[in-house]
Amino acid sequence: MVHMANQIALFFASYPHDEAVAGVTDHLKSFWEPRMRKQIIDYVAEGGHGLHTLAQEAVKRLGS
Amino acid sequence: MALIRETDYGTPKRISGTLVEIEVDGKAVSAPAGTSVLRAAAEAGIQIPKLCASDTLEPFGSCRLCLVEVEGRRGFPASCTTPCENGMKIRTQSPKLEKLRKGVMELYASDYPREMFEGAASGDTEFQQMLTAVGLKEVRYGYKSKNHQDGLKDDSNPYFEFDQSKCIVCSRCVRACEEVQGTFALTIDGRGFASFVSAGDKPFMESECVSCGACVQACPTDALLEKSVAERGRPDRSVVTTCAYCGVGCSFNAELHGNEVVRMTPNKDGKANHGHSCVKGRFAWGYATHKDRILKPMIRAKFTDPWREVTWDEAIHYAASEFKRIQAKYGVNSIGGITSSRCTDEETYLVQKMIRAAFGNNNTDTCARVCHSPTGYGMKTTLGTSAGTQDFDSVQAADVIMIIGANPTDAHPVFASQLKRRLREGARLIIVDPRKIDLVKTPHVKADCHLPLLPGTNVAMINSLAHVVVTEGLVDEPYVRERCDLVAFDQWRTFVAEDRNSPEATEKYTGVPAADVRAAARLYATGGNGAIYYGLGVTEHSQGSTMVMGMCNLAMATGNFGKNGVGINPLRGQNNVQGSCDMGSFPHEYPGYRHVSQDAVRETFEHAWGVKLQIEPGLRIPNMIDAAIDGTFKGLYCQGEDIVQSDPNTQHMSRGLASMECVVVQDLFINETASYAHVFLPGASFLEKDGTFINAERRIGMVRKAIEPLAGLADWEVTMKLSAALGYPMHYNHPSEIMDEIARLTPTFAGVSFEMLDRVGSVQWPCNDKAPLGTPIMHMGGFVRGKGRFMITEFIPTDERVNARFPLILTTGRILSQYNVGAQTRRTDNNRWHDMDVLEIHPSDAEDRGINEGDLVSLASRSGDITLPARISERMQPGVVYTTFHHAMTGANVVTTEFSDWATNCPEYKVTAVQVQLARHMSEWQENYLETRRLTTKIEKESTAND
Repeated sequence: MVHMANQIALFFASYPHDEAVAGVTDHLKSFWEPRMRKQIIDYVAEGGHGLHTLAQEAVKRLGS
Repeated sequence: MALIRETDYGTPKRISGTLVEIEVDGKAVSAPAGTSVLRAAAEAGIQIPKLCASDTLEPFGSCRLCLVEVEGRRGFPASCTTPCENGMKIRTQSPKLEKLRKGVMELYASDYPREMFEGAASGDTEFQQMLTAVGLKEVRYGYKSKNHQDGLKDDSNPYFEFDQSKCIVCSRCVRACEEVQGTFALTIDGRGFASFVSAGDKPFMESECVSCGACVQACPTDALLEKSVAERGRPDRSVVTTCAYCGVGCSFNAELHGNEVVRMTPNKDGKANHGHSCVKGRFAWGYATHKDRILKPMIRAKFTDPWREVTWDEAIHYAASEFKRIQAKYGVNSIGGITSSRCTDEETYLVQKMIRAAFGNNNTDTCARVCHSPTGYGMKTTLGTSAGTQDFDSVQAADVIMIIGANPTDAHPVFASQLKRRLREGARLIIVDPRKIDLVKTPHVKADCHLPLLPGTNVAMINSLAHVVVTEGLVDEPYVRERCDLVAFDQWRTFVAEDRNSPEATEKYTGVPAADVRAAARLYATGGNGAIYYGLGVTEHSQGSTMVMGMCNLAMATGNFGKNGVGINPLRGQNNVQGSCDMGSFPHEYPGYRHVSQDAVRETFEHAWGVKLQIEPGLRIPNMIDAAIDGTFKGLYCQGEDIVQSDPNTQHMSRGLASMECVVVQDLFINETASYAHVFLPGASFLEKDGTFINAERRIGMVRKAIEPLAGLADWEVTMKLSAALGYPMHYNHPSEIMDEIARLTPTFAGVSFEMLDRVGSVQWPCNDKAPLGTPIMHMGGFVRGKGRFMITEFIPTDERVNARFPLILTTGRILSQYNVGAQTRRTDNNRWHDMDVLEIHPSDAEDRGINEGDLVSLASRSGDITLPARISERMQPGVVYTTFHHAMTGANVVTTEFSDWATNCPEYKVTAVQVQLARHMSEWQENYLETRRLTTKIEKESTAND
């Protein structure tokens, strides 16, 4: 899951920061089933080790 | 329906804005300039006898039967080679012509099997029809003079025979092999009386022949004849239907004798195939009645138990009660389903409807997940719609054709024939592929550029091609200004212009010399209409979606959208993979690619279906398997899909399925997934049901029932029963009613109905008020999303890297004679061409390992290992090996990994780091496989069960 989230973050990393975070957030929301989103939200809540910073920011937005 | 005898107009149709006026037998006839007299007469209802002429072949003028008289001209010209000229007055019948024709036929008949001559009244062959047409009743010369009646008979091909004694050397077969198929396997050997048709002085089976059947189709005498007809007799009725193999979607006449199919012949009116076929569609249909077909439903408590045959009702109610039990215990989202790309649109629609409405969740997915899901994502993002932009015929207007990660001669052979025809006419060809596929160099075709990139570097390659376009001033600026989002374009232009995207900089990743990349980019951008065709070599990568967007960027920048001869064209794998996507099989989209979170769309479906629907996307196939291993996903309905054999990392897949409490498989055969199933519901082949398939060009073609379902129910009826047992009854009397519902709920299908398809043959979506007869070419005048959106496509190397332990890259694919997991083709004589998967390896890699041709080798990755025979092949580049996944026993996907496309989870089949070594025995997985199969496929027959 971390690997998948990082892949998504790396794609959007080419865009300006705000656009990139919005892109990752929208992707997770549009394509990840709720239990997957919950898992990644919990993972970030526990520190999010190894997760790309864009993915971390996006996941935090998802959880807020 | 009676047996269809297609009209043959003698020579191909000509297209011209100029009409020529002639007179035939006193009748005024007009025809486009360039039309032959033979065709113009036939179109006016005047049939001129002919033998060597066919409207699928260029005129040849050898048989001397289609002679006519032209007023004011001397002699008797052949009407097939005589073009219409204004004012021509033609006589097709006169005593002299009758005598000439009768004389010609008499000479042919004198060297033709007597029994065929005497049976001419049957009119089974064109030759016999011509005997009748010219009124030949006897042969004055007798049958004892020198003749060919002791000619050789070649029955080496499993599907057709060649009987020289019936051959009149009209060359139709040779010309069909050249002009229609483009293989050039046949020739006329010898001279004069000694001339004969030859497959290169070899039996057909050992020749270059690809068994497409074009020669058999062209033969007017039965010298080339399907063995099925020779054995079972002539058909007496036909049903026009659509092939159930690849995404070309060829139209066929299923020809039957009573209730038995005796042959499949390509339909000349088929808009995707124009009367052509390949070895699979034409001949490999015997699986439909193979003894391995499971015709009774079966259930078992544990997948290690023997199967127990039960009634339909018992099986359906067992499945439904298990699904209900699981949902009660683990929650509404603990089950899901997989729709089939081999089933019809109507069946696929019903399965996703049942999942959303009866299961109450969006856990629906389809095999496009593992093939073209990146196509959907990438094209929708950039262009606004998830499908190819052109019709197949568009290739005839292409000037530069770029093929990326596709092998059309093997995987989409009928389209490949059309493509080769255009290449023979002079279109230029660029191939981007790690392997030397056949199209790199094949008779009368030679690629202008072959860019043999390393697997996994597609995005680096497309960026470098775009870099050349942008930095050398090759952008179609007016097109971009008019059609595209300029902010996104400027972002993209700046990005690709960076030096790191230049061919010189990316060479270290792709392995392709920069000069070759520059030459290819210039050719594509400046050579006229540029058309890109691509396959799974694009999508099945960790950057599959990025690459699709990269191709769209390149095509937009060069103005290659929205007209004939251009575009981005995915060559879809399975017969209805486009349709299964269109029908809302993905967990985040309703039919017509509309997200489940869109309130207005969801409310439309809620209103129509009478239930509340979930707002959140569901699980994709790999997510379902992960969730099963995590313990939150416990039940699966899998229709016509074999995820154990086709999906990556077989052992992970098997663990996931083994973790579930109820797996329902609906299929023709006990496939590999069924080894882990608790309920087996017999499927129906394409011959046993009505419906539609949608091919790679968005063409909706009719599938028509030729025989009754062998197990009693068509697949759509089974889904209805299961849904009813789950408490959500659906009421359809016929698949046409399902299509009517699809049309009501899906704007791009609004104009589609079975009645309309019966009337027009087939139609390409969108088909609605704006395009009542469909849309052959998308994005004309503007993109579906409004302004085309350039996307930044940074090259990010895959995490699957070669290292000392796994120093080679494995890439997997398909071959001509087998189809997907082989469930159908392995149960036909196509096995004669490919009875096992082999590992193709470059000579230098083989030599380093002491591997010789045919040696058993171990193929190992971090996921697992298998053994298979080696084939030394210079088609491979050093460092890259290749195999297919057609045989379950090989277990090619034991080796592939769980890495996948970032956007869609399409597996990265094309890049797996592996090691290859000599081996002495099967791998542990293969040994376990045999035991697992033995255990899990046992059937306790009904009679035994009752004892």
